[in-house]
Amino acid sequence: MIPAEFDYVAASSLEDALRLLGEHGDEAKLLAGGHSLIPLMKFRLAAPSVLVDISRLPELRTLRPSDGHLRLGAGLRIRDLELSPVVREQVPLLAAAAASVGDRQVRARATVGGTVVHGDPAADIPAVLVTLDATLVLRGPAGERELSAAEFFVDFWETACGLDEVLVEIVVPALPGRRWAFEKFRQRSQDWATVGVAVQETADGEHAVGLVNMAPVPWRASPVEDALRSGAAVPEAAGHAAEGAAPPSDLRGDSAYRAHLAQVLTAKALTTAGAGS
Amino acid sequence: MRHDVTLRVNGVVNRHTVESRQLLVHHLRETLGLTGTHVGCDTSNCGACTVLLDGVAVKSCTVFTVAADGGEVLTVEGLAQDGQLTPVQEGFRQCHGLQCGYCTPGMVVSATGLLLDRPDPSPEEIREGLEGNLCRCTGYQMIVESVRWAADHGGPGAVAEAHRSRTEAGTP
Ligand SMILES: Cc1cc2nc3c(=O)[nH]c(=O)nc-3n(C[C@H](O)[C@H](O)[C@H](O)COP(=O)(O)OP(=O)(O)OC[C@H]3O[C@@H](n4cnc5c(N)ncnc54)[C@H](O)[C@@H]3O)c2cc1C
Ligand code: FES
Ligand code: FES
Repeated sequence: MIPAEFDYVAASSLEDALRLLGEHGDEAKLLAGGHSLIPLMKFRLAAPSVLVDISRLPELRTLRPSDGHLRLGAGLRIRDLELSPVVREQVPLLAAAAASVGDRQVRARATVGGTVVHGDPAADIPAVLVTLDATLVLRGPAGERELSAAEFFVDFWETACGLDEVLVEIVVPALPGRRWAFEKFRQRSQDWATVGVAVQETADGEHAVGLVNMAPVPWRASPVEDALRSGAAVPEAAGHAAEGAAPPSDLRGDSAYRAHLAQVLTAKALTTAGAGS
Repeated sequence: MRHDVTLRVNGVVNRHTVESRQLLVHHLRETLGLTGTHVGCDTSNCGACTVLLDGVAVKSCTVFTVAADGGEVLTVEGLAQDGQLTPVQEGFRQCHGLQCGYCTPGMVVSATGLLLDRPDPSPEEIREGLEGNLCRCTGYQMIVESVRWAADHGGPGAVAEAHRSRTEAGTP
């Protein structure tokens, strides 16, 4: 399968990428790892007339600790998050979710910025960012703006990133030594999650819970968190996992099955992360 | 919509004019005649098209040639030197790691990339490390044994190690 014709420009800097987006408007698309965009173009579900390649900009490939947080450049490959000693020590939940994405070859190309802006609710890292209350830093013609992960994910494959904006950084809290768990249920090892659950013990000792593939957006299971806060034991709290969610039905399972899986996996993850103990 | 692209493929520097939309696997097979790299699924699932690009295994059906400009590619043809197989290739021979052979170039290159990252993988780590490569024939057991054989007999091989050391596959 061959994509429709387009022109390709390798942006020479972030400023250059923004200028090219401004010049070409909605004809243009950013190209990062290409592992969502290229398949879409091969199936001719997407046919941008200009691709602006940002995958080799050094300014998007930074990883900096700052003030109790880690600032991750959007151009870091998922492999970088999986293997980085700093991410593994400071935000092990994120490293574990990264290691579960696709396969080694996919992780070697796909970027953290690409998986976030693609906005697929079946993707693993977005649910972790919602769980961690991450901040997303966008750069556009009018300068920089910051959004919380909760504000950023709008709908199925839709985010708050404007057509003229570039996601530059993802800011996550450093939580070394805090407990966490990531459960991903899939039929074959390289599959996307039928359902996934991320649990993170926060700095004040509470537990945040996020779900993969349980709604049109990466889902924060607040009813579970509320139940724990009011003293519920793990099995009871996990029973609230699907509350308010809207799990899809597809070949891998219908929505009732997903709701059941979410409860089972949430109980497992909460136990691993030391909730209710 | 055409671009001049310079690639170092199996040690040889090539300069070609390519269409933006050309995929790296087609460049390797059709322009350079390196048909060892196969197209299986064409949808980034099967790994038959795996090559090392700048030190890491990637699926060349999901990389535009132009986006690899200036890079270095190692395909299955670049592994053996003067008829001397690499440990991974020899492992597949010794342990019967193939039947029809369709997946084999991708498997061999993917296993080479795995051993560059993890010189001494357990059988589980080999299975996980090769999850991006599908084989319809073998049931995988002998592929795992082949890769383990390679780990015990010299690892990824000198060509792949030299390829990796010229790149920045390290982590930030
Ligand atoms: C075989 C296979 C298996 C996979 N399995 C999984 C899985 O198990 N779990 C999972 O989570 N994902 C999985 N993925 C998806 C993979 O993680 C994607 O590659 C990733 O979601 C997209 O990242 P990318 O860098 O390749 O983005 P691209 O494909 O380059 O871009 C995706 C979109 O984001 C935009 N974009 C990219 N970067 C930016 C930026 N910095 N600012 C603004 N817009 C930007 C692009 O314009 C495009 O619209 C799989 C993919 C494949 C091919
Ligand atoms: S042909 Fe590239 S992954 Fe199957
Ligand atoms: S040997 Fe036939 S597909 Fe693997």
